[in-house]
Amino acid sequence: MMLIPCPFCGHRNESEFTYGGPVKPDRPDPNATSDEDWVEYLTTVPNPFGPVQERWWHARGCGTWLTIWRDTRTHDIVEGPSDAE
Amino acid sequence: MQKYSIFSLFRHALNGHTTWAPAWRSPPLKASYDVVVIGAGGHGLATAYYLAKEFNIADVAVLERGWLGGGNVARNTVTVRSNYMRDASIPFYVKSVALYEGLTDELNFNLMHSKRTMIDVVQTFPKMRELRRRQLAMDIYGSTYEQISTEEVRRRIPALTGGGPDARLPVIGGMVHTDAGVNRHDAVAWGYARGADARGVELHQQTPVTKLLRGNDGTIKGVETPRGVVRAGKVAIAVSGHTTTLTETVGLRLPLRTMNLTAFVSEPVKPLVDVVVNCPDSGFYFSQSDKGEMVIGGAPDMGQSFRRDIKQHVFEDTVTAMLSLFPSFRKLKLLRQWGGHLDIAPDASPIMDETDVPGLFVTAGWWGGYKAIPAGGLTLAHLIAKGVPHPLMSPFTLSRFKHLDYVMESGTTTAR
Repeated sequence: MMLIPCPFCGHRNESEFTYGGPVKPDRPDPNATSDEDWVEYLTTVPNPFGPVQERWWHARGCGTWLTIWRDTRTHDIVEGPSDAE
Repeated sequence: MQKYSIFSLFRHALNGHTTWAPAWRSPPLKASYDVVVIGAGGHGLATAYYLAKEFNIADVAVLERGWLGGGNVARNTVTVRSNYMRDASIPFYVKSVALYEGLTDELNFNLMHSKRTMIDVVQTFPKMRELRRRQLAMDIYGSTYEQISTEEVRRRIPALTGGGPDARLPVIGGMVHTDAGVNRHDAVAWGYARGADARGVELHQQTPVTKLLRGNDGTIKGVETPRGVVRAGKVAIAVSGHTTTLTETVGLRLPLRTMNLTAFVSEPVKPLVDVVVNCPDSGFYFSQSDKGEMVIGGAPDMGQSFRRDIKQHVFEDTVTAMLSLFPSFRKLKLLRQWGGHLDIAPDASPIMDETDVPGLFVTAGWWGGYKAIPAGGLTLAHLIAKGVPHPLMSPFTLSRFKHLDYVMESGTTTAR
């Protein structure tokens, strides 16, 4: 069980959250980008053996979306939420 | 290769079992091979075996970071089945199940293959509709799937006492997949290793590949290990969750995420359940091993993970779901847990292809790759030897992402 730091509720159990996936680069303009870059944007996400930046939704809590850096080797949260919407 | 039989057992027993030859050699590591296979797991060993057996390519080295058969081939729930959804997938898994059934004889190694049937315990109508649709697709390719009544489910699985009419999700019926079975994972790894070794393949344990080597012309040249550089014109990656870690050493990105899928096992009890029980609506499945342990699996962790242990709440969710249908399991003590890191593609189907780096092959994205070991090894050996995909694997190339030609299998596994 991970304790995820919610900016409003403090450290809460992972089971209160819904996983929102790793943070992807900004969406390229489909008309201005090549097919290869567009497909890469659609299909490929960072898969590091180490810290990954990802989104979590405090769905069973206050409803905040937050972004953290989590180490995929240990599940340690190496950098807390950098945003709160 | 020494042949294992009742007579050899008797003969060696007379000598106090001191005369058995090692099952495979430990040769010195050469500086170059025709083919290097990274990963001595199920898929890596099977690939090396079929390269030597079917395609006469025996100058092959299998490099393994830890010990042979110690990765995901030992970190699964040994279920072999072919109840998939898509026309592209079903024939492949039908072939794999068929190969498994003949493997004990072929490898002269007892896989203890037990073709014991899988029963899906269905608790919602959408799931029943989905499985009956799968039945129609599977019927075309000769895979068995048949609906049975709730009474028949309870007759076949007497321990299923929960899920009654008053339950939140009552059992509404079942699906029977008679092709399914379980077998012994160590024997699969050791049998393929022994068969490959006997045909000249070299197995090198404790030889982690730290880096792939690419020539100035862009083709693969070999791999770097702490024991030195090993050169090869063809390199195959069969390392499950670490696929992207390796391909990124030559700047190759692949559409894969690494996830942790866990399982746990109870103390051994008397024979109680003689089929593989899958409860897709409750989110768990189990079978009873020959030793009597309940081997139980649940859902994967949320988020990417290279950890290979179970999270407490994943464990609790799985146990809670299981006790709602099998309340008598409350008394079971649980002994061990494990996890395996698998990589998954956006469509939850495998990837087998030569990559943009000429000479570099990947077999990856195997979510539940244990059942795919024989056919996965055979088709990868075909691809390496002939340079074109095996017909059974041709829908599973990397170029399918380019055309967004997905083989959607999300939902036919525990993937989410």
